[in-house]
Amino acid sequence: MLARFWIERRIAWRFMAENPQQTLLISIAIAVGTAVIIFITTLMNGLQENTINKTLGSQSHIKLEATRLYNRTPQAVSQQVLQLETMRAQPLQRIDSWQALVVDLDAIPGLTAVSPVVSGPALVQKGRATASVMVNGIDPQRYRHIVDLPGHMVQGRFHVGSEDVLVGSELAQDLGLQVGDKLRLQSGEGRTALVRVSGIFTLGVQELDTRQLYSDLKQAQTLLNLSGGVTALDLKITDIFTAREWASRLERLTGLYVKNWMDNNSQLLNALRSQRMTTSMIRTFVGLAVGLGIASVLAVSVVQRTREVGILRAMGSTREQILRVFLTQGAMLGAIGALFGMAGGYGFVYLFNTFGSQLFFIAVATEVTITALFIAIGSGVLAAALPARRASRYDPAEAIRYV
Amino acid sequence: MSDVVLRLDKINKVFEAGTSRAVHVLHDVSLEVRSGELIAMTGPSGSGKSSLLNLMGLLDTPTSGELWIQQQATASLDDAGCTALRAHHIGFVFQFHHLIGAFSVLDNVLMPLMLQHGKPKPEQLDYARYLLAAVGLEGMEQRSAKALSGGQQQRVAIARALVSKPALLLADEPTGNLDTHTAESVFTLFEQFNRDTGCATLIVTHDPRLSARCPRVIELLDGRVVSGG
Repeated sequence: MLARFWIERRIAWRFMAENPQQTLLISIAIAVGTAVIIFITTLMNGLQENTINKTLGSQSHIKLEATRLYNRTPQAVSQQVLQLETMRAQPLQRIDSWQALVVDLDAIPGLTAVSPVVSGPALVQKGRATASVMVNGIDPQRYRHIVDLPGHMVQGRFHVGSEDVLVGSELAQDLGLQVGDKLRLQSGEGRTALVRVSGIFTLGVQELDTRQLYSDLKQAQTLLNLSGGVTALDLKITDIFTAREWASRLERLTGLYVKNWMDNNSQLLNALRSQRMTTSMIRTFVGLAVGLGIASVLAVSVVQRTREVGILRAMGSTREQILRVFLTQGAMLGAIGALFGMAGGYGFVYLFNTFGSQLFFIAVATEVTITALFIAIGSGVLAAALPARRASRYDPAEAIRYV
Repeated sequence: MSDVVLRLDKINKVFEAGTSRAVHVLHDVSLEVRSGELIAMTGPSGSGKSSLLNLMGLLDTPTSGELWIQQQATASLDDAGCTALRAHHIGFVFQFHHLIGAFSVLDNVLMPLMLQHGKPKPEQLDYARYLLAAVGLEGMEQRSAKALSGGQQQRVAIARALVSKPALLLADEPTGNLDTHTAESVFTLFEQFNRDTGCATLIVTHDPRLSARCPRVIELLDGRVVSGG
């Protein structure tokens, strides 16, 4: 195929090389378009990934909890029943046979982490200062795969034991806590425990850094009067955007009350969707602008080449060959522009990472680069279609007379 | 009959036919051109010489009449058929040489072959170099076509017209834009190639000295063949 169109490529290239200024100008336009597409896509993807990582880095993808308590409603016999219902309060409840469930869930492919958690409210006291917290009893080896606590430690070490707990940095600041300090925990059940701070973490979310306290599973079970039980099973999945499907599947499988991150963060998902739409729109319009640029330059080029087209036709070239010459020119312009554009895109990303806000870093994905390359070449060919068709239809006798 | 390269039978050409601005440029033109003939076509401006040459070269189509190239009727041919016939059997030389400035001298000569077969083969390259040497342009193969003088460019155009070894060479006032001395030498080339290759050569010229050197002269007047048909 490539050998067959050798002369078309050669003519297209020579036509472009003969007018370097025009070629350079349009290549720059395509390069700018490609660079913008690469940069905007990378930035938006990076922002999205960062937002999701920030959000999901401190929570599970799916949470299984004990079935909620509900009121039994009287059965309607024949006529309509008016019912005034007072919703039931939900006390801490344990999941039945959670150990067996963990073993079963571990065996399901697609679930990357399963971790039992005992969570409940408590008051923490140091000296005369008190604060309300959420005590989370965890199995550290399992839980680290749900929330990367070891990676967020700012003081001390990631260790929970019979007396050792981890506290958030905001809580530590409020209570003036340091590693090694002792605290008194008091649960709603009236039970108390004296514990020591083994580490302080920062998850970057104020609510969590103020309110979360991590302890040993057994410690929390005792404090919350849930001996041997857990209140939830935290899960992580491979494809985060399938959380809803997983949740309904697990609900059917276990009969438990299942929450998923997508329902819990619907606002965030909306924002991400809008962001994706904006990116697509920018990409489309930049692609369109680039395409129109190529089309206008090629339209001029075709007029400039009228006489040459006539000569080529007189020399025995077919209409299809002329068509291919100008289509090839469009594709070549697209490819040259895209190559410069890639360099530009990488340059913009480098500048962003070096001199930008530095709140997060972005990396150009290979598929983004390849997509941009194909968009540029595709726009080139598409934009060249009309001028190329016009050139191929020139009457050779007329074209030769053209000055 | 077998050595007839080109035959025209009652060819008419009307531009903008069917409109009030219709111009009848050729009237019932009939003639035959045989292999090896060297023919001059003369006539005043507007007599229809270039129109007739375009029809002979299949660059244009007649309004009525029949035209055969190498015994092949052209009336029923589509654009691709005409292009193929033109590529294989007809060589053109235009008044303004019409080289492609973006290519070298050698590439210009090879262009008809490259359009047909792609990358030139060694024997085609050798033949193109031989033709360039024959027109006195040895050593200029890689020069840009734009860098040559008018006479040199016309010589390149002659080499280009001959590279595909055509049966019919059509030249539209090839010396019209050259000084007397250069015109003389270019015309000598036509004579030489006509003798050496046996290619039927039809040259449109205004110059009576040059037409006098051709064994056959076709004279056109107001779109009609008045002599030599």
